[in-house]
Amino acid sequence: MGLGSLALTSLFKGRLPAVAPGISGFPDHSQTIKRVIFLCQAGGAAHLELFDYKQALVDRDGEPMPESFTKGQQIAQLQGKELRILAPQHPFKKYGKSGQHMTSTLPHIGGIADDICIIRSMVTEQINHDTAHTFMNTGFRSAGRPSMGSWITYGLGSESEDLPGFVVLTSEGGAQSQPIAARQWHSGFLPSRYQGVKFQSGGEPVSYVRNPPGVSRDNQSGLIDAVGKLNRIQGEMIDDPEISTRIAQYELAFRMQMSVPELVDFSNEPQHVLDMYGATGGDGSYASNCLLARRLAERGVRFIHLYHRGWDHHGDIKNGVKETCGLVDRGSAALVKDLKQRGLLDETLILWCGEFGRTPMSQGDRAKAGRDHHIKGFSMWMAGGGVKPGFSYGATDELGYAAVDNVVHVHDLHATILHMLGIDHTRLTYRFQGRDFRLTDVHGKVVDDILV
Amino acid sequence: MLRKKNVLDCVDMSAKRADSRRAAAYHGQGRSRKRPAYPMRMVPLLTGFFALALAAATTGAEPVRFNRDVRPVFSENCYRCHGPDGNARQAGLRLDRREEAVQAGVIVPGDPQASKLVARLYDPEPLRAMPPVWSNKKLSDDQKALLRRWIEQGAEYEPHWAYIPLERIEAPQGSAGIDHIVNAALEEKGLRPVGEADRRTLVRRLSFDLTGLPPSAEEARAFITDHDPDAYEGLADRLLDSPHFGERMAVYWLDLVRYADSIGFHSDIPINVYLFRDYVIRAFNENKPFDQFTREQLAGDLLPDAGAAERVASAYNRLNRITNEGGAQAREYLAKYATDRVRNVSEVWLGSTLGCAECHDHKFDPFTAKDFYQMAAFFADIEEVGVYGSQFEPLIRVLPDESKEEISSIQNRIRELRQDGGRLKSNRENIETFRAYLRERLEEWRMVEPQRVWNDCSHPDISGCEDIDLRLEEDGFFRQVVTGEEKPREAVQKVEAKLDGEAITAVLLELFPSEGFDDFYLSELDVKLLREDGRQESIGFGALVPDRQGTDSYLRHTLDGNARSGWQGDLAEEGPRRAMWVLAKPLQSKVGQKLQFTMTYNGRDAKKIAGLSRLAVTESGFPELPPAEDLRQALGTEAKLSGKQGRALRRMFRQWTKSSSAWREIRKLERRRAELLDHADECLVTGVSEELREVRILPRGDWMNDSGEIVEPQSPHFLEQIPVNGNRLTRLDLANWLVDRENPLTARVFVNRMWKMLFGTGLSKVLDDLGSQGETPVNQDLLDWLAVEFIESGWDVKHIIRTIVLSEAYRRSSEPSEALRRQDLDNRYYGRQNMRRLDAEFIRDNALAVSGLLNRKMHGPSVRPYQPAGYYRELNFPKREYEPDYNENQFRRGLYTHWQRTFLHPSLMAFDAPAREECTAERIVSNTPLQSLVMLNDPSYVEAARAFAARILQSGRSDTAARIDFAFEQAVSRKAVAQEQEALAELVASQLAGFKRDPEQARRLLSVGFARVPADLDPVELAAWTGVARAVMNKHEFVMRY
Repeated sequence: MGLGSLALTSLFKGRLPAVAPGISGFPDHSQTIKRVIFLCQAGGAAHLELFDYKQALVDRDGEPMPESFTKGQQIAQLQGKELRILAPQHPFKKYGKSGQHMTSTLPHIGGIADDICIIRSMVTEQINHDTAHTFMNTGFRSAGRPSMGSWITYGLGSESEDLPGFVVLTSEGGAQSQPIAARQWHSGFLPSRYQGVKFQSGGEPVSYVRNPPGVSRDNQSGLIDAVGKLNRIQGEMIDDPEISTRIAQYELAFRMQMSVPELVDFSNEPQHVLDMYGATGGDGSYASNCLLARRLAERGVRFIHLYHRGWDHHGDIKNGVKETCGLVDRGSAALVKDLKQRGLLDETLILWCGEFGRTPMSQGDRAKAGRDHHIKGFSMWMAGGGVKPGFSYGATDELGYAAVDNVVHVHDLHATILHMLGIDHTRLTYRFQGRDFRLTDVHGKVVDDILV
Repeated sequence: MLRKKNVLDCVDMSAKRADSRRAAAYHGQGRSRKRPAYPMRMVPLLTGFFALALAAATTGAEPVRFNRDVRPVFSENCYRCHGPDGNARQAGLRLDRREEAVQAGVIVPGDPQASKLVARLYDPEPLRAMPPVWSNKKLSDDQKALLRRWIEQGAEYEPHWAYIPLERIEAPQGSAGIDHIVNAALEEKGLRPVGEADRRTLVRRLSFDLTGLPPSAEEARAFITDHDPDAYEGLADRLLDSPHFGERMAVYWLDLVRYADSIGFHSDIPINVYLFRDYVIRAFNENKPFDQFTREQLAGDLLPDAGAAERVASAYNRLNRITNEGGAQAREYLAKYATDRVRNVSEVWLGSTLGCAECHDHKFDPFTAKDFYQMAAFFADIEEVGVYGSQFEPLIRVLPDESKEEISSIQNRIRELRQDGGRLKSNRENIETFRAYLRERLEEWRMVEPQRVWNDCSHPDISGCEDIDLRLEEDGFFRQVVTGEEKPREAVQKVEAKLDGEAITAVLLELFPSEGFDDFYLSELDVKLLREDGRQESIGFGALVPDRQGTDSYLRHTLDGNARSGWQGDLAEEGPRRAMWVLAKPLQSKVGQKLQFTMTYNGRDAKKIAGLSRLAVTESGFPELPPAEDLRQALGTEAKLSGKQGRALRRMFRQWTKSSSAWREIRKLERRRAELLDHADECLVTGVSEELREVRILPRGDWMNDSGEIVEPQSPHFLEQIPVNGNRLTRLDLANWLVDRENPLTARVFVNRMWKMLFGTGLSKVLDDLGSQGETPVNQDLLDWLAVEFIESGWDVKHIIRTIVLSEAYRRSSEPSEALRRQDLDNRYYGRQNMRRLDAEFIRDNALAVSGLLNRKMHGPSVRPYQPAGYYRELNFPKREYEPDYNENQFRRGLYTHWQRTFLHPSLMAFDAPAREECTAERIVSNTPLQSLVMLNDPSYVEAARAFAARILQSGRSDTAARIDFAFEQAVSRKAVAQEQEALAELVASQLAGFKRDPEQARRLLSVGFARVPADLDPVELAAWTGVARAVMNKHEFVMRY
């Protein structure tokens, strides 16, 4: 009974096919990494509170923001408001041998300072959450384009035999949760099998992955077995090339049904690992998502995208940042350390950033000041194979407003990620509406300076 | 190849244009199009271009055709730098215009050796060779040879096929015309078509293609056994007349115009546009001519005598994604909406990627950035804002048909009553009586005397609250006073008043203009009874009575717990406003009890708080809004009324007084009418704003850059220009231009998509781009013949579909012969039909239909099938809990599913239904493991299988084989073959054994969904057959149309 009788070996000699095979021709040069884990700090993590220390903000706290910086620039909720400088709300300190300068509210990430590369000169083009995520993920401001996880699995395929190549995990806490659209992991015009699959905590980990009530594993496998037989009989009656694909998809579906519960079951993780992440189990917290990310990485998933919806600190950023940092600090650092211990960090790229940064100017009451959305300069960090560890790159101006040194645009980030995966970003294209689209549109240059 | 078109037509066409120089240049020389028109019988079919044949004869090679052979190579490899986009042009060279390429010596017609183009193609020096290395483009040896041969043959250009005016191609009438042209092309290629599909395949194909539903077993059997030669035609006509035809067509059209039930950006909150969906269904069912259909959508509001249907149609202009995100910049989003509309209108009607010209002139097609913004200018009159709150005006309210009928009978009855009793004359005597009557009634309303008023600042997110103060004034007025710097975004006013043991039937809130508080936005009203013992009791409300018509639903929003919707107005402009909330049941108060009113004002963009307010209550059993404040004061005295007051009193008199015998009944009827009106359907529509938005060319699409030229509406410059007679062109002019007989694109685009719908691939297979990067149709004669047929039939959609489905070509088997597989694997010559997977909605419909659960009700608000719990977790503002419909709406067709743009229902999404954020002309067709999971485990499909199993068991057949045959007949219109019988018999046995061992599992399986489980069936047997039904419905064949 079960899949054994499907004579899988005769269908697929040797290795089972991946859930989503890539296209031929990639990688087109040597890879330094095989997979990406994107830790998206959604809502817009404030660079000036976390990674970009500016003495001038402290010195000039409360003073009007010089108009020379802000005139003619886009502004979000501070439209028509008086603009005043706001000092960082928590002390900064230097971490590690490399002396990376960071907030004291991220002590665990500080603990891996020598493993990470901080970029302080990011820029993007969209100032509202929805469109900024879309731009960060697809390189375009309009909808309908594939997200980077889809592009990458399209180019390279998934290495997993029983899991999707592109997985999305979400968590929240620390600020009001801005919505995240399914568009952010959509495959756009690429074939649907490259779409991100969102896992959720509680209920079914993946939509429809559980058998219907009252249907045992044996019952389900017997049923799929029968469906396979019926399809093969059909295949003898009509020459429809999709039939064999359909048969394979049912078998993959069944393997997913088997593997997903095992994947999300943390019971075989030792206590010290759970402690390192600060995870109490598959509770949907950021910490447990970080642990799940490691388990996905181990199983060959190509692109793992975490969103923590907790950084939109328009008010009371002092307490807000502290709270959100408390939720993401330990898990982020643990993921880097854990992968390193398992020898997986060398072949993985971890990225940590929001869809944009936050203003040097305060928002709302001074007593409970926040910061508004900001796109002209923000920070991120990355770690993993091929990235210079303990390294800092780029800078904003003296008030942390605009990136001025070694500016890294979102397109450049995309180009660099693809490059590390062994993909020339100008060659990974897809014809849609008469045009060859790519993740980087007509832009993007690889940031060689941060690569080993 | 019987096109009568020749070079003279081309030139004529060019000369008509406003910019004839440019147009003529664009069209090149076009001499190669010259083809003599022979009487049909004499023409050896498909001899190719006569002129080219001659040219080829001199060179001894097959003639190269520019559109078919050369343009794709140029477009793919050269136009990026040597094409229409002036900003990207290198070396000042453009290859898309013959005269320029010739003048530059790049092409020397007839002499490849002398042509620089050839030299650069073959240049052995990599730095000089074209295309350059960095472009990642490379020509094959065959392509190079082709260009060489083309130059040798004279390097003739052709105008782009899709822009050539449509001419009738001579072919027999009707479906025979299609077959004539298709067969001629097959013959030329030496291909033999396959025969007609078997009758089972035909009835299923036609049924799915025209209605999106399977034939019932009986319908299939009747057709299969009907040997009348007209049976097929009869079937086609029956299906075209079916109301499900409109539903099927709507799925196609709604994808194009990106219809959805939510706004699309950020909060993605719901909007009501389902009346537009219903309009589309009706339009196809009524076979509304496509030109009219076009006009109504783009400009229904501008049509003379626009009725409700036309106004609903104009919702097309409101289907773009919109935002209500805090901190969004209005100008930025207005620019986004404008570009969204240009992309959509050009893709839907012109099959063109004009959207690419937002930032720069088009790289491959002659569209300029100016064309883009001129198109945007057509829509600059639409009433809209960049950043919305929770209301999406303008709206139209339309009554459901049943309500209309009832209202019409109410009105008749009221008319009768009035005729019976007659209306009291508004003479002096009567007016005085009325005044006295009103004075009496003034007592009906008692001002609430508040003991205490205060702003409730307990909410942590309300900043600025401390800067504002609520004060009690005389006569029950309470006033909001600003004490500090800023007004808060939100204000929660609380008023407490003692009761004296009166009965209360309604509450009246009056808002008055006051300095510094103009707009108000009352998002919530909450009333509580505070008992003596400290317990509180919420007061519920029934009828709501606004002071102006049509605003009842806004009052309703003050009770919905959603701070983003409510009752609003502008007191500075409109004067005092009043509204009445009638208690659901009268309240008998006791002395010492208190009423506590909580009024939440919440403005998104401004601080919309009422500065001066007053509350009143009444005991009246039939509360009316009391006379307005100024009149009320005058009524209280004996003083003579002013002219204005007198007019107001007479107006009231006319509204209120009827002959006394009929009065009560009229009032009752009027209340019922108000109730019906209150439950009208609502739909976003197009309104015309008082001021036109200025439309400028935005350099590189940058909305902050206003250095570009201001443009007026006009069609793309290289197509027929719309005459401007002094007046600015309107959306109606645009619509008329789109469906003008001379427009070369609209009809081609439409029939190409119809062909795709019925054959699986378009005649030009890139459905959303008929431009240079699209595909020159393999059989342009056929495409053009269909397009002309469509126009000349009066844009008759059913006619064109009927003509196609009655053709032999459509009826062919979809299985290729060995020869066809070898010679035309992609079936571009239509020697056979194509196999297609069903669209997402129809897969659902099929399962519901076969199970017997399908609810064929049409139209109405969108419905909510089961959906995995927590699927909307990532939505916010507000957070949402998805409530599936636990009623007959659960079993509605897929197209009525609530279409949440940012989180489309996962089953629909798994089968490639688009989010409808943008125009979708062609859905992806994938085959993924997630689809298998849906078919296996989605409760909708499990419940359908269970219901199907019950049908099988109740079919009156008792042995397994007969039951399996029944299942197959229902699901796939045939009996099972021996091997299938065997496989399913095994499955029945193992399922039965499993559920017998554990009957509890059977019970659990049968509990999926909420459709009734027949009590007389054995649960174990039903569960086992549910397994069989699942197997049959998971067959690949079940999601296919062959």
